Amino acid sequence: MADIPHEASVSAPPAEIEEMELPHAHGWWSTHVFSQDAKVIAVQYAATALAIGAVALVLSWLIRLQLGFPGVFEFIDSERYYQFITMHGMIMVVYLLTALFLGGFGNYLIPLMIGARDMVFPYANMLSYWVYLLAVLVLVVSFFVPGGPTGAGWTLYPPQAILSNTPGQQFGIVLMLVSLILFIAGFTMGGLNYTVTVLQARTRGMTLMRMPLTVWGIFVATIMALLAFPALFVAAVMMLFDKLLGTSFFMPTLVEFGEQLSYGGGSPILFQHLFWFFGHPEVYIVALPAFGIVSDLISTHARRNIFGYRMMVWAIVIIGALSFIVWAHHMYVSGMHPYFGFFFATTTLIIAVPTAIKVYNWVLTLWRGDIHFTPPMLFALGFIVTFVNGGLSGLFLGNVVVDVPLSDTMFVVAHFHMVMGVAPILVIFGAIYHWYPKVTGRMLDDAMAKFHFWVTFLGAYLIFFPMHYIGLMGAPRRYFESSDILLMPESAHALNAFISIMAFIVGFAQIVFVFNLLWSWKHGKEAGGNPWRATSLEWQTPETPPGHGNWGKELPVVYRWAYDYSVPGAAEDFIPQNQPATVTKEAPA
Amino acid sequence: MSAALIFMAVLALGAGWWLARQGLLAKPWLQVDAAGTLAQGGPRQPAAQVGLGVFLAVVGALFALLISAYILRAEMADWQAVPLPFIVWPNTLCLIAASLALEWARIGAGRGDRGHARTGVIAASSAALAFLAGQLLAWRMLVSGGYFVNSGPAVSFFYLMTAAHGLHVIGGMFALARTFERIWRGDDLRRVRLSVELAATYWLFMLFVWVILLLVLSGWAGEFLSICGQILSGSGLT
Repeated sequence: MADIPHEASVSAPPAEIEEMELPHAHGWWSTHVFSQDAKVIAVQYAATALAIGAVALVLSWLIRLQLGFPGVFEFIDSERYYQFITMHGMIMVVYLLTALFLGGFGNYLIPLMIGARDMVFPYANMLSYWVYLLAVLVLVVSFFVPGGPTGAGWTLYPPQAILSNTPGQQFGIVLMLVSLILFIAGFTMGGLNYTVTVLQARTRGMTLMRMPLTVWGIFVATIMALLAFPALFVAAVMMLFDKLLGTSFFMPTLVEFGEQLSYGGGSPILFQHLFWFFGHPEVYIVALPAFGIVSDLISTHARRNIFGYRMMVWAIVIIGALSFIVWAHHMYVSGMHPYFGFFFATTTLIIAVPTAIKVYNWVLTLWRGDIHFTPPMLFALGFIVTFVNGGLSGLFLGNVVVDVPLSDTMFVVAHFHMVMGVAPILVIFGAIYHWYPKVTGRMLDDAMAKFHFWVTFLGAYLIFFPMHYIGLMGAPRRYFESSDILLMPESAHALNAFISIMAFIVGFAQIVFVFNLLWSWKHGKEAGGNPWRATSLEWQTPETPPGHGNWGKELPVVYRWAYDYSVPGAAEDFIPQNQPATVTKEAPA
Repeated sequence: MSAALIFMAVLALGAGWWLARQGLLAKPWLQVDAAGTLAQGGPRQPAAQVGLGVFLAVVGALFALLISAYILRAEMADWQAVPLPFIVWPNTLCLIAASLALEWARIGAGRGDRGHARTGVIAASSAALAFLAGQLLAWRMLVSGGYFVNSGPAVSFFYLMTAAHGLHVIGGMFALARTFERIWRGDDLRRVRLSVELAATYWLFMLFVWVILLLVLSGWAGEFLSICGQILSGSGLT
């Protein structure tokens, strides 16, 4: 077999790996439930995240019922409405997206893609999942306590979050804060694993610059999460102090129902700073793994090497770093100094540069590629379009003068749902269709997958495109009742109701996806070890699904990068990473 | 948020320096190795050591953010400094003693002298317990002086920060117990050495954090901070 002209790797490959001691399971419980195998933990994370995500999906229906048909559904009162939007937002951002990308895909893919037997600290990894599950359960319990869950909005801004006229101020807010603290503790255990595994457990030949972009995305996002979540942790602990111990970190002097409260002097803006110091990196904690995964999906299903691999890596790192200095663009309306706003608008716009580089590189990867419109490819293409749309409205909102009038309108709701709701969810679906055959050994049904894609993709556009328009007309967000007041012109009412109907259709279409997942587990077509004819290591395991320890007797050795697709002169249109160069006269090794 | 930003900048510099040595300029699409030609690198650092480094960065971020919150809150009109209970100074000595004892244990373990290492770990544990007891005493002294957790923002921060630090110290006690168990059981010397080294690094970091917190809480850093605050609020950055 011929090979491209090549040179030997110059950067020092990692040393010979010491075989790690795997904690072997002894029995059903330690194999399937309290397992220390990253692949089992990954499935546990994913299943839990999807289950709690389904709850958040139902909550979004309830929100849309009220917004589309105000006053028709009497069981949705203002208190419940605020509880729905709070829980919907928090669950989707933290308990679904973060947990699924890092806990789910991170656990499954990192060890397999870098040629490791498992995560480096398997016990802490197992604990990470169980603490996450506990956090989810605490959150669920808050639905059933007197007063219900908190209705403070997903940002939990004080002082209103703990004042007596806010729903769930008695127990709901406390449980929410405790749940967040648990989530962060659990994530830290997992995050240490993901980081150190990438740093220390790569197999021979797997230099950093040979890692698939999926691993790069998850790796950088994990480091960001490890550094950003402490801000939410500090904010949550301080708010618990304010709520339970009567301190005044965030609580200013207040008069409630004619009575002066014991609080005084605190700074609600301080909370906003802490919250968004976490909150903005959080956007990229979700986006970077999505960027990485999409790069790999596009390259594999277009049978082309990724365009500008180095630039893709640099862009991931630069976006990760920049995302720590843009947080206050969420606070333009908090009454900040104009120079402050100017600084953050500038950094916000700068971040568009590396992001745009990534988009161009995806498009250039597709250019003249042998594009297979498989379900993963469809979802990846859907992501690119959606991310560009959501990102462009982000450029609008990054400017103070545009943001101030639009800040409290549905335009912002439409923007962030496009860019960090729909876009990453499309990647999650694409990634599940792509890696499900490795997890189960069976393919997902193609027809159901394509139905799922088209309804979800077109439906999401029919929900959020009109929402931009309604927002531009001035329809406010967060309002419970907007029918009697002419917040939007009569002509837009039908459009508003249409959005709600589409939300139901898209939501129900997910049943097809869930059915496909369950049905294909037993009845799907046998996938074989490498159904997509992909190059990266996870497709080269001796068994599918991979056994405990992933690699049988010997760890794989990596000789090339992960994107050798359609190499001129090669017998097949892909060359796996563990295939050494063929030494020929023209191309000495 | 200046303290947090400074901390992040230091980390970013470290990460940049590390990344620069990782061959980020390599052209992986041109580099294909033939079988048997992969160079052998040196031995790798133990995963636990790298893990501890990453964990300490997370703990550092936590305290940097607490200090940032302290700085921002201290600018509000109702801020009144609270005199520190004198016991924090002897407590600091205890923490220094714990760190020194662990350094001593590290030397012992390095030489393969288990008895030496064991004595060091026991001495460190006693000093650490004394520190924790002293911190509790500091809380009692504040309470008896009428300073409760909700008596004012400065005293609230004292309780919050000492509690956060104290919990990390308690976590360190578990690490010490584990190290002690390893030595006692006659575990492999390589493991004992690693365990003592990790404990020593962790405790040194706890001492470092405590000294910074003390500088902030005692107000010694206050003048410096207020100068920073003035400069930054003048430019709108706080």
